[in-house]
Amino acid sequence: MDEAGQTIVQVQNLRKVFRVGFWGRRVTAVDGLSLDVRRGEVFGVLGPNGAGKTTTIKMLMGLIYPSGGTATLFGQPSGAPAAKAKVGFLPESPYFYDYLTSREFLRFYGHLFGLFGAALEKRVDELLDLVGMTHARDLQLRKFSKGMLQRVGIAQALINDPELVVLDEPMSGLDPIGRKEVRDLILRLKESGKTVMFSSHILHDAEMLCDRVAMIMKGRLVACGPVSELIAQGTTHEVEMVIDRLLPEALERIRPLAGKVVLQGERVMVVLASQQDVDQALDVIHATKAKLVALTPHKASLEDLFVREANVIQSAKEAPVS
Amino acid sequence: MKVLSIALNTFRENLRDKLLYNLLIFALLMIGSSLLLMRLTLGEFHRLLLDIGLGSVNIFSVLIAIFVGIGLVSKEIDKKTIYTIVSKPVARFEFLLGKFFGLTITLLVNMLIMTAGLLAVLMAQSVPIEAVLFQAIGLILLECMVVTAVALLCSTFTSATLSAIFTLAIYVIGHLTADLKTFGQKMDGLGRSVLEGMYYLLPNLERFNLKGNVTHHIDVPLNELVLIVAYGMAYAAFLLLLASVIFQRRDFR
Repeated sequence: MDEAGQTIVQVQNLRKVFRVGFWGRRVTAVDGLSLDVRRGEVFGVLGPNGAGKTTTIKMLMGLIYPSGGTATLFGQPSGAPAAKAKVGFLPESPYFYDYLTSREFLRFYGHLFGLFGAALEKRVDELLDLVGMTHARDLQLRKFSKGMLQRVGIAQALINDPELVVLDEPMSGLDPIGRKEVRDLILRLKESGKTVMFSSHILHDAEMLCDRVAMIMKGRLVACGPVSELIAQGTTHEVEMVIDRLLPEALERIRPLAGKVVLQGERVMVVLASQQDVDQALDVIHATKAKLVALTPHKASLEDLFVREANVIQSAKEAPVS
Repeated sequence: MKVLSIALNTFRENLRDKLLYNLLIFALLMIGSSLLLMRLTLGEFHRLLLDIGLGSVNIFSVLIAIFVGIGLVSKEIDKKTIYTIVSKPVARFEFLLGKFFGLTITLLVNMLIMTAGLLAVLMAQSVPIEAVLFQAIGLILLECMVVTAVALLCSTFTSATLSAIFTLAIYVIGHLTADLKTFGQKMDGLGRSVLEGMYYLLPNLERFNLKGNVTHHIDVPLNELVLIVAYGMAYAAFLLLLASVIFQRRDFR
């Protein structure tokens, strides 16, 4: 049962329709979403603001009831106490009980899991150490910076030593140092065998951390899979070459291969689209004794994929209905 | 245990929000009035001191019950702190009960201190202290529990401001339900049914008012006291049940 790779979160055809305003206008926040999270992986839920990431996570945590479809955690329906006991959750930009000190704060959440006494004290101290907050353990949360709150918030999510840690926008509003700390913490959780699911609209973070990602737009899943596969799909890898002392006739041989040529005095910059073109260009450079100064592969990023999918959705919306 | 943890956390919140500072105003009021009232004749002085003392205990407690009560749930939702509780293995009704008993503990502590202050003033002015005084204070606590339950119920489905208005309205009407009945008897048809319905549905808060008995030294029979306590508890329990049903279905957006 406990093998790595086993599905522990399963979302099938999940829907959520909110009624907003006085007249109860229907707004679909999540529209037929299906995804799964496997044991031991770091899973990213990506999408622009308002895509339905938080709504999906809230449905998994039993904070919002689905309008349709199913969501299960460890084989139990979302919101079931047995499922919640194995999960740690950090909501998006929480405020917490700011009148408590870090220690009191963690103790309180420990009590909710039935932890008391010496075992709880030990766990609290361990967690404060893990998130680097031991120095502020007797300070009230109202005196904390946003980064400190986020760290103590993550400690709160780990109080029950959960198998699955769900973090909603854990990096939002943090400075670069704070973001790095949260990233390191996620990696440490993965190393200790935990499954981490987090949402973000910052693609760079996801690219660095996630084994797999789901991309959500307007409540629908547009892509799901390992980051490397998603990036490879339908994107060309461009290579930028900077060459010195390139003879005019050599340039004429390279020009048909290049997508773009920029001349800067003695120096030439060319952009090539395929490996074959790169090989041919290198042959010319060697043959004419030109000097290769730099060769930079331009990998497509999640951001490119993101923008492309957003454009597809936009153009589908603008297309006339037949 | 979870209910107790949430209750104690709520009590701690009230303490750290410096809610008990209201006791300073109570103390000033008691000292001020006893100094001023000394000029009156003996019998009236005693009666007025008891009246003002009990009245202050009542007003301060009810104000806390209403204005802290309406924030018990709505503040947790606004600050998103509820997300971290409901996502733990805590049933929603356990959360509601925890908040309710948390405020009850606050009210109890607040009232114990006020009662101690009142007794000190009464003894200093050699006013005789009777059992009915403690019964009256006990029923003020019960009334506050009913009012807290009303505030909690309102805050499960509407905003803090509207909850405050509803709870205040129910508090005022709750003290005038006898008038509703009398008024209803003078009408016929639909009007009568509506007013009688309201009489039975709304809490009869005047039942918890023993201030008259205290100032006029009238004892309350035990069976009547038991009936009032049972009524208050049953009413609060009914409101909490209703609040739980609404809260259970709610989406935390």
